Amino acid sequence: MAAETTDPNELMQAAQAELTAVGSLQHLDEVRIRFLGKKGIFTEQLKQLSQLSPAARKTAGQQINTAKRQLQLALERRKAELEAQALSEQLAAERIDVTLPGRGERSGGLHPISRTMARIQALFAGMGFEVVEGPEVEDDFHNFEALNIPASHPARAMHDTFYFDAHRLLRTHTSPVQIRTMKAQQPPLRIIAPGRVYRCDSDLTHTPMFHQVEGLFVDERVSFADLKGTLDVFLKRFFERDDLMTRFRPSYFPFTEPSAEVDIQCFMCQGEGCRVCGQTGWLEVLGCGMVHPKVFAHVNVDSERWLGYAFGLGVERMAMLRYQINDLRIFFENDLRFLRQFR
Amino acid sequence: MKFSEQWLREWVNPTLSTERLAAQMTMAGLEVGGIEPAAQPFTGVVVGEILSAEPHPDAGKLKLCQVDAGAAGVVPIVCGAPNARVGLKAPLAKVGAKLPGGVTLKVARLRGVESHGMLCSAAELGLSDAADGLLALPAEAAVGMDLRAALDLEDHCLDIELTPNRGDCLGVAGVAREVAVLNRMAVNTPQIAPVTPTVDDAFPVTITAPAACPRYLGRVIRGVNPAAETPLWMRERLRRSGIRSLGPGVDVTNYVLLELGQPMHAFDLRRLSGGIEVRYAEAGETLTLLDGKAVALASDMLVIADNDGPVALAGVMGGERSGVADDTRDLFLECAYFTPEAIAGRARRIGVQTDASHRYERGVDPALPARAVARATRLMIDIMGGEPGPVVVTEQLEHIPKPASIRLRSDRIGRVLGQGFQPAEVTDILTRLGADVQPAAAGWRVTPPSFRFDLSMEVDLIEELGRIHGYDNIQATVPQAPMRMPDERESQVPAMRVKQRLVDRGYQEVVTYAFVDPELQRRIEPQQRDLALANPISAELAVMRTGLWPGLLTAARYNLNRQQDRVRLFETGLVFRHQGDALQQTPHVGGVAIGSHWPTHWDGGARTVDFFDVKADVEALLELGSDLTEARFVAEPHPALHPGQSTRIYVGERAVGWLGRLHPGLEKSLALPQHAIVFELAHSAVDSHPLPTFAPLSKFPSIRRDIALLVDQTVAAADLIDVARDAATAAVERLICEVRLFDVYQGQGVEAGRKSIALGLILQDASRTLDEQSMVAVETAVVAALKAAFSAQLRN
Repeated sequence: MAAETTDPNELMQAAQAELTAVGSLQHLDEVRIRFLGKKGIFTEQLKQLSQLSPAARKTAGQQINTAKRQLQLALERRKAELEAQALSEQLAAERIDVTLPGRGERSGGLHPISRTMARIQALFAGMGFEVVEGPEVEDDFHNFEALNIPASHPARAMHDTFYFDAHRLLRTHTSPVQIRTMKAQQPPLRIIAPGRVYRCDSDLTHTPMFHQVEGLFVDERVSFADLKGTLDVFLKRFFERDDLMTRFRPSYFPFTEPSAEVDIQCFMCQGEGCRVCGQTGWLEVLGCGMVHPKVFAHVNVDSERWLGYAFGLGVERMAMLRYQINDLRIFFENDLRFLRQFR
Repeated sequence: MKFSEQWLREWVNPTLSTERLAAQMTMAGLEVGGIEPAAQPFTGVVVGEILSAEPHPDAGKLKLCQVDAGAAGVVPIVCGAPNARVGLKAPLAKVGAKLPGGVTLKVARLRGVESHGMLCSAAELGLSDAADGLLALPAEAAVGMDLRAALDLEDHCLDIELTPNRGDCLGVAGVAREVAVLNRMAVNTPQIAPVTPTVDDAFPVTITAPAACPRYLGRVIRGVNPAAETPLWMRERLRRSGIRSLGPGVDVTNYVLLELGQPMHAFDLRRLSGGIEVRYAEAGETLTLLDGKAVALASDMLVIADNDGPVALAGVMGGERSGVADDTRDLFLECAYFTPEAIAGRARRIGVQTDASHRYERGVDPALPARAVARATRLMIDIMGGEPGPVVVTEQLEHIPKPASIRLRSDRIGRVLGQGFQPAEVTDILTRLGADVQPAAAGWRVTPPSFRFDLSMEVDLIEELGRIHGYDNIQATVPQAPMRMPDERESQVPAMRVKQRLVDRGYQEVVTYAFVDPELQRRIEPQQRDLALANPISAELAVMRTGLWPGLLTAARYNLNRQQDRVRLFETGLVFRHQGDALQQTPHVGGVAIGSHWPTHWDGGARTVDFFDVKADVEALLELGSDLTEARFVAEPHPALHPGQSTRIYVGERAVGWLGRLHPGLEKSLALPQHAIVFELAHSAVDSHPLPTFAPLSKFPSIRRDIALLVDQTVAAADLIDVARDAATAAVERLICEVRLFDVYQGQGVEAGRKSIALGLILQDASRTLDEQSMVAVETAVVAALKAAFSAQLRN
């Protein structure tokens, strides 16, 4: 139909009408080729100019070129329109449900005991305590003898010990690491020893394996007042409560003197007394004291020159208080529904 | 130790409420673990006296009693108790009374006769577990008086948890002493009327083990009344201390034990033959204890023996043969000082724990026996009558411990406690504690009292100063010490980093017991020798783990049984293996993966986790510790693993662990619903990483050449890669060559037993652009080497 006229202006208008009608870039290109291609209508018309008189040629030439330019512009406009349209169609087609879950592996998690130990270590690391470890199958000397707990000592009855034979046992506390460290290194010392410990006891509030973190600070100027200061701040930091009340209660451990047990005010009842704290308003969290001179004697440290404090805290107890876990045994059931709560 | 608050207050009575008193004791190291009311709540119960008791017309076992209720008059009561008799005073619950358990009494008709209340037994009032009749009240009890007042029931039972060093507080007298010190009060020691011997009878005693028993007091009491009953006040005090009444002879010794902390024993004199000898047991001797238990005695067990053999295990328990019986008339009372070393541990060894052994193990004041004998004799004669003989003391003074004379330095107090003490306060506290304090150079000379046998060193005294002054009154300080730069090793991989890598790869950490089921362990690692516990908590937790798989698989199964279908667990910890006779305790890291390779996803593609999924996790771990090119995975069999999907892992020449699919037989016996892929590595394989050293970058482009080969199915890809790399680098000098295996194919187009492998050789020269000639040389060399080593054919 475009060929019905030879008037460039009319041709251009006819082409423009076609452009408006095309719905795709492909059709648009077809129109472009038909009118502006190497064998297109306008190209053919320009070729035929040579047959006209020079005067007519000039006029006709101008007309054709004007029409061609206008068509060119119209083509580009339309092309941009169609491209925009195509893009928006593509974008619409590529729409996804962004609320669907992502693909691939999910993160696992640390056991709450690891998490708690890491936190305790980090706090003491800041004060220059280095982490040391010791064996879990221990001997009588390191677990008892050197800690001033001779064979017949009543304190042994409190350590329900797992034995292998007459000399070897599972350590009942992390305190033997104190002995091993002091045998290997002369003071000054600042260490903490996290790890598993074992007692032959299993009921609602006891598991045969549990975790402790032992701390030892030996220097020429270390006092019971320093021990109080250290543990008081530690407990405030650990629980992130600057108003946490602590109290030091006289106690007895064969390897420290003076000895103390440390209680924190129960944060379930704010010290009013409740089931969690056994109506006392206080929760016992750790045991501590000044290193006993007899312990220093066992490891050849001069107790006249050096003083030290030591403490041992129950990791499960700290984790239970921190995360409000009400059952000790659940730590070792390894139920994923429990463990995943600590990611 | 449990005791009545009123009993304590009889000895020392500070103006403190029960709670304040308990808190004060706790903060002085006598931790009050429990405060219980002495009696359950009840009301409306008074002292009644039976005025008459007639048989019930219609019931043989019931009696119709008229009971004097004091101000409430005389009330008719129907009673079935066998001991209801005229003149008996017994608790009368009146109509309207509320009894323990919430019962409110109403007028009741029993077989047609009205009862206006109830006469009560001790059990009905919650004062004992069982009773076989009415609670007989003392004759002097005032009729009509409220029973709670008559029996002093508004009392508390205090339970103090004593530390092993405070044996001196294992009696009301000792606790009273401590409370008196804390409140700056005097102790009101009850006056004991002296006992004068009325007969001359004595029983001979010899001590052949004087170091173990330096002092032994004995006394004969003749003609006691075997029908005598323990008075209610004493039974009540015993009850409030958690001790059952067993007849006056035993009750008195228990009472004195509770009051003074001194264990004693009463023998039936007629059962003793010849004389008493305190000696160590001889080989082969046995003794049947009062509780009926027969014990084989060891030569380090101290016994009390007569001519016929042992009659008591010293400081632990008496023997059955010589015990006081219902018809005993003549007693031999024993009260001895045994040293803690002679008693400690013996009771535990034979599986008993007695109030006596508990005290002797911790120590008893050597000065106490004389006082205890006097007290016990007085009580016995008052209750049971009888004629006391003289107290016969057998002792060797040189073996009786003497209180130490301790040097206490003023500056040491400050160094230990972090706070100096005024000299006056030091003297005051130690004097209040009963010590003799004398000034000495730069401090004092202190002699503790005989009952504080726990005080023998300077630091013991310093602790006492801190304790009585109050730990809470010591001002907390911040430790002062030189700052030190940490010894930070860059090459060291922190343990947490290892854990975190597994966590980031979807593994959940577990913590399992280090002792495991021997049966399961044997199936997993039959080649390892177990370390077995002598006293395991159960047969399933009886041997130390030699690897982490038993615990991991048990934890995995626990979760699979609880609707978890995808389980990825890891654990780190020590494993316990023998190397020759030496036990190695080595940290390991291990894991298990069961279920889909990724969490369930809407996109489908859920396939079961396989060897290579987990191998990637293991490689990620190994990369922490070394350049992965040093790690080798060698197909080796493991009893717990699928023989075709099992690899031992080496770093350099060192075997560091295993990876593989669990053996189908094991999967079946563990009832695992799906394949389990497990791994375990020595922690040392991942705990340090060599420090990186820089190598200059090549400025020249790399070129890739791909070759496809046909080899036998059994050829290991890793070997192929090694040979290819070696051949390439040998062919051209200074060649940098990376070999990438990018396809493995078996099936159509490849004959059975063979596989097609595609290798990409990425080649680069450090100093020039590789020319075509070199490329051809490399390719030819590689193909030739592979052909020589593996009969590899180039594929077109």
